[in-house]
Amino acid sequence: MKLSNNKYLILRRIVQIGLLFLYFAGNMWGWSILKGDISGSLLFNKVPLNDPFAILQMFAAGAVVGINALIGALIIALFYGIIGGRAFCSWVCPVNLVTDLAAWLRRKLLIDKIERKVWISRNIRYYVLFLALIVSAIAGLAAFEVISPITILNRNIAFLDTRAAFFGLGSGLGFIAAIFLFDLFVVKNGWCGHICPLGGFYSIIGKYAFFRVKHNSENCTLCMKCKEVCPEVQVLHMIGKKSIAVNDIECTNCGRCIDVCDDDALGFIVSTYIKKSKELK
Amino acid sequence: MAGEEKKGKVSSRRRFFTDIAYKVGLTSMGGLLFAGYATKAKSSPLTLRPPAALEEKEFLKTCIKCGLCAEACRNRPQNKDKDGNQLPGTLKMARAGDNKTIGTPYFVPRDVPCFMCEDIPCVPACPTGALDITKVTNPKTNEMDIKLMKMGVAVVDVHSCIAFWGLQCDACYRACPLLDEAIKLVYDRNSRTGKHAFLKPVVDADVCTGCGLCEKACVTEKPAIFVLPTDVALGKAGDHYVKGWDKKDQQRAGNRANKDITTHDERSKKSATDYLNQGLEF
Repeated sequence: MKLSNNKYLILRRIVQIGLLFLYFAGNMWGWSILKGDISGSLLFNKVPLNDPFAILQMFAAGAVVGINALIGALIIALFYGIIGGRAFCSWVCPVNLVTDLAAWLRRKLLIDKIERKVWISRNIRYYVLFLALIVSAIAGLAAFEVISPITILNRNIAFLDTRAAFFGLGSGLGFIAAIFLFDLFVVKNGWCGHICPLGGFYSIIGKYAFFRVKHNSENCTLCMKCKEVCPEVQVLHMIGKKSIAVNDIECTNCGRCIDVCDDDALGFIVSTYIKKSKELK
Repeated sequence: MAGEEKKGKVSSRRRFFTDIAYKVGLTSMGGLLFAGYATKAKSSPLTLRPPAALEEKEFLKTCIKCGLCAEACRNRPQNKDKDGNQLPGTLKMARAGDNKTIGTPYFVPRDVPCFMCEDIPCVPACPTGALDITKVTNPKTNEMDIKLMKMGVAVVDVHSCIAFWGLQCDACYRACPLLDEAIKLVYDRNSRTGKHAFLKPVVDADVCTGCGLCEKACVTEKPAIFVLPTDVALGKAGDHYVKGWDKKDQQRAGNRANKDITTHDERSKKSATDYLNQGLEF
């Protein structure tokens, strides 16, 4: 365990747990840094931040949404549109802590090495995303928000109190346990990499994001450590072949591939998608 | 591939259509479960919502489940005991297993009632307008007035209310923040003893805000006075009945002038018989 090989991992954990702590402190002690929860918060008692996917579902359900929530959703959409859509998934989302643990255990317990015939498409998330909007319209409420383990986990921590059973986490733990077991024993990166519609949504949002992982194939020794740890392994199709940026929208910008690379063949770059695609042609 | 087609087994056209059918099948299966769960998740009609909440159906559409109202409620400066310790807030966020739409704010008056803060911290905190500030704004002065809210109506179970038994109790009457307006004590003769009075609490549904301080104060084991959501607690007389002595109500009846209000059925085809005045015998 070298520190330099875990730089982004440690940074991500600090951000993820730090945000959960700020949400918790906002409710528990009235701290005004970050109030609310992951679907709607207030930064420094001034700036509204809202989950644009939740707002989209509310539109589908036919709600008239207040201006503050619209501004909040716009801020979040722009933010992830610039720094990389699925940075939300790997740097903010609390479920990532659970699914990363499952993925790590899979590697340690050599479950990855055993081939199973359970295969599901990585595109399921886009179908779930589409379904969530349809069901929202039918049911008359934001449909994914009532089953989303992301907001359930986040809310259970943010509004932790002594009234709820099981260390205050409540029965939301059941959802989390199910995802953990699914990821651990059934499909590798099953939830985050295949099913979660919020991940699909942020993939689309981040299509033209500036922050990308760039591969330098001249330095690559084809050790494939990056492919072992990548939660969206299909985005690393260029490893050892071409020196290009990872332009697939499903890349979560987690930086884990950069961490594990001992040959300096991967790194973050700031560039525009448009410029990159021209280079490709 | 070519060999397959020769045998007429799987043509690419067949593959294409079965592919679509496969996706439609999966989507409808998933959609059925998803829609079933989502529809069930919102069927909790006996939920008391925060002040100024939209009508339940609209509220469920518009609430983003951020909990900013619950935080404002819990962290209001008054919400501390004598030693300065934080008290639990009125508004709770529904968890899995609460039998409420998950993540939506609600309150249980018997646990913590609404204290009707004059500055109303919860309502302006809402970013989406699920708590509608105009519902607690006095249109004349343009100032917020918590007395305008309608979260629910207190209902008295006269069989378990000990004041209706003839015992002396005015706990709810005293607890009411709209003293002698929302709950009035009606005097009645106690014919069992012949020399005592009943002091019966009666709720004025027009004034009651549904704060639940009465429910919290009620002395019986299970409260004999309790708050129900307004649309659950109240009936509706409809257009067929009018208060003939009330000019305002006459206007309400006037509004339905264009509607056909005569009953049409088998019996109504015959004209009514004026048996009282003509002295007919049957």
